[in-house]
Amino acid sequence: MAKYGFFLGCIMPLRYPGIESSTRAVADALGVELVDMNGASCCPAPGVMRSFDQTYWMAVAARNLAIAEKMGVDIVTICNGCFDTLFEVAHKLNHDEELRAKVNKILKDAAGVEYNGTVTVRHFVELLHKEVGVDAIKAKVKGDKPLKAAVHYGCHFLKPSNIKKIDDAERPRIFDDLVEAAGMDSIAYKDKGTCCGAGGGVRARTPDVSLKMTKENLDNMTSAGVEVIVDCCPFCHLQYDVSQPQLKDYNIPVLHLSQLLGLAFGLDKEKLGLECHQVKVNL
Amino acid sequence: MADAKEPKPEFTRKVIEAGGATVNLCFQCGTCTGSCPSGRQTAFRIRKLVRRAQLGFEEDVLPSEDLWLCTTCFTCYERCPRGVEIVDIVMALRNMAVRQGHMAEPHRKVAELISKTGHLVTLRDQDKALRGKLGLDETPPTVFSDSKAQEEVVKIASLCGFDKLVAEGGK
Repeated sequence: MAKYGFFLGCIMPLRYPGIESSTRAVADALGVELVDMNGASCCPAPGVMRSFDQTYWMAVAARNLAIAEKMGVDIVTICNGCFDTLFEVAHKLNHDEELRAKVNKILKDAAGVEYNGTVTVRHFVELLHKEVGVDAIKAKVKGDKPLKAAVHYGCHFLKPSNIKKIDDAERPRIFDDLVEAAGMDSIAYKDKGTCCGAGGGVRARTPDVSLKMTKENLDNMTSAGVEVIVDCCPFCHLQYDVSQPQLKDYNIPVLHLSQLLGLAFGLDKEKLGLECHQVKVNL
Repeated sequence: MADAKEPKPEFTRKVIEAGGATVNLCFQCGTCTGSCPSGRQTAFRIRKLVRRAQLGFEEDVLPSEDLWLCTTCFTCYERCPRGVEIVDIVMALRNMAVRQGHMAEPHRKVAELISKTGHLVTLRDQDKALRGKLGLDETPPTVFSDSKAQEEVVKIASLCGFDKLVAEGGK
């Protein structure tokens, strides 16, 4: 299988490094080669940075894309926010020479590099589903302890679907397939496809509003008898993990898909970084 | 009789140029508002925001708190029967708003951190310790491990005027 540039972003390596160690271990177990993108930065985050200045947002993203291009690899990320920025900016720059020239002028002056529009950006969920496949994942799963899992897609993995074209944005299956391959029971719950409440700068600027959205989701999950939340984005992960102790009354463990697969594959629990979660994980 | 405000097409044109190219396609059906998870918790009505942008009511739109209640979840964008790229309109408006000084301090701080360090969160001793324990490099192989790379990202902020924008709070 091809090699992929592993884009780290910020929240994963700096706040939930267990997601990083899990992703590296799971990729290794599945024969997906991840190579470090040395010198990469924040994607930059689509919430605040795109809101402030779209030229800066594109230029910093293009520098990250250029790192992968120079390495001759496509990019994979386990974060919806990083995926959104890098995918959208690659989509714009790969198809618009005039815009690429404008951004490249900044890149050349700042870093002496150019982005030539050749990189494809992949989300880990989509990469595993399409390149590794559900059967190969099932074959690695040890033990049999199905839990009622709330699969949380988040917003920017599938949407905007007119350019991402990964799965149906209203009724997707792709992520559920992987969670079920890991032996879980992906259950239906109200407003499953909705936002965790953190995005767009809302968590930072109006935490009360952000928390209300999260609370409604947690209530919907609780009503459905959920035993574990599975996400594919460290920011959604943080939102669910940090908000539950703030809201009290909730105690649903939160796992990133990489951590769930790590558990399902029987990998060393110590390397999954579960002890830094606010909501204790005893699965 | 109530006073009717005159539309200001020059502002609408600015919105279009800043990335809100589809703003005039909206026919105000309200599918967006009906789909909005933020509007469910607050008085934020994305349909109204788009209408005000369409009519060019700059003074209603740019200083408004509503503009910052969108989580950019793209649900309205997906469901819009007219193909209005609503999140792109919100982004265009926000870009204009910050240049008028409508920049919340928590956002400004995050932007400043990226502008100066290339990451939106810091690397604390406890993060290093945990990374080490997990078998990862204590410092991730990003701009945090490479001062030349970090300088490049800082230079991008400078070339785009982003450092100045966040230092001055958009004013």
